[in-house]
Amino acid sequence: MSYAFTAVIIMAIVTYIPRVLPIAIFRKKIKSKFVLSFLSYVPFAVLGAMTFPDILYSTNHMYSAVAGMITALLLSYFEKGLMTVALCSIIVVYLCEIVI
Amino acid sequence: MNSDFSRGFKAGIPIALGYFPVSFTFGLIAVNGGIPVWLTIFISFSNLTSAGQFAGTNLIIANVPFIEIALTTFVINIRYMLMSLSLSQKIKANMPMLHRCIIAFGITDETFAVASLEKKELTFSYMIGLIVGPFAGWVLGTATGAMVCSVLPEQVQSAMGIALYAMFIALVIPPSKKSKAALTVTSIGIVISSIFKWTPYINQISDGFRIIIATIVASTIGALLFPKGEEL
Repeated sequence: MSYAFTAVIIMAIVTYIPRVLPIAIFRKKIKSKFVLSFLSYVPFAVLGAMTFPDILYSTNHMYSAVAGMITALLLSYFEKGLMTVALCSIIVVYLCEIVI
Repeated sequence: MNSDFSRGFKAGIPIALGYFPVSFTFGLIAVNGGIPVWLTIFISFSNLTSAGQFAGTNLIIANVPFIEIALTTFVINIRYMLMSLSLSQKIKANMPMLHRCIIAFGITDETFAVASLEKKELTFSYMIGLIVGPFAGWVLGTATGAMVCSVLPEQVQSAMGIALYAMFIALVIPPSKKSKAALTVTSIGIVISSIFKWTPYINQISDGFRIIIATIVASTIGALLFPKGEEL
């Protein structure tokens, strides 16, 4: 088995475990307010940590990456959809790299 | 086809339509990063999740060790425990184990949101109906994106490196505008991630563990400062 295929199988398993365990086993509700709020903040923390500073190194030049990032920030601020934000950022990066 | 199934199926159509462009983007990004088309489709087929598989795929492209891929994906998907737990209170109490295990696979942020707003007790037929459309939308969108990517010119493919991060920004900015807690946790995640990336010596740590540490610290601080919690 290749590295990538094995990794995907591992991802599938660790994605399925948190989905299946509670519904298959637990009947009681979580009481701890701390645990509940911790879990609810996980997506934000993960997305923040994964995006920055990595976004700066995601294209051929840091300048084009910064331009793409600003585009994404502005469009997201005005609550444009995921696809719109992604496409516009790609276009801005592409145009920047032609100029550079 | 019984009525529970068709009721669930109808509720799932808007989700399926919403998934298509997101998974299309995923297909583009994964193939652009060097993942084969068939494996890209298989990722969506076997994972059926957004942030988790985006992150995992990103780490596969970066060639990081299995343990870090497993931990990162798991930490991102821990939130499903909450949803699964909540649904366990809403499904028929006598639902067989096999049925529970099948519907568990289809729990996503969106199917959970719809199922948890359903007035009646959740049956197996309803849940299958709800899940099947979004699952199809997710896999078909990925397949379309993956195949489109392999015919794109190299220059366009290189500009697409930004797409994944642009999507992350689009996911996180709208809720952060409305909630001080979400904004704080996101910002702490960014600061810790940047510290680990740029400080000499501790920047030796791998990308996977950098994200895990940032996530645990930022979420803990969030839970301490804002114990009310937040929905993405």
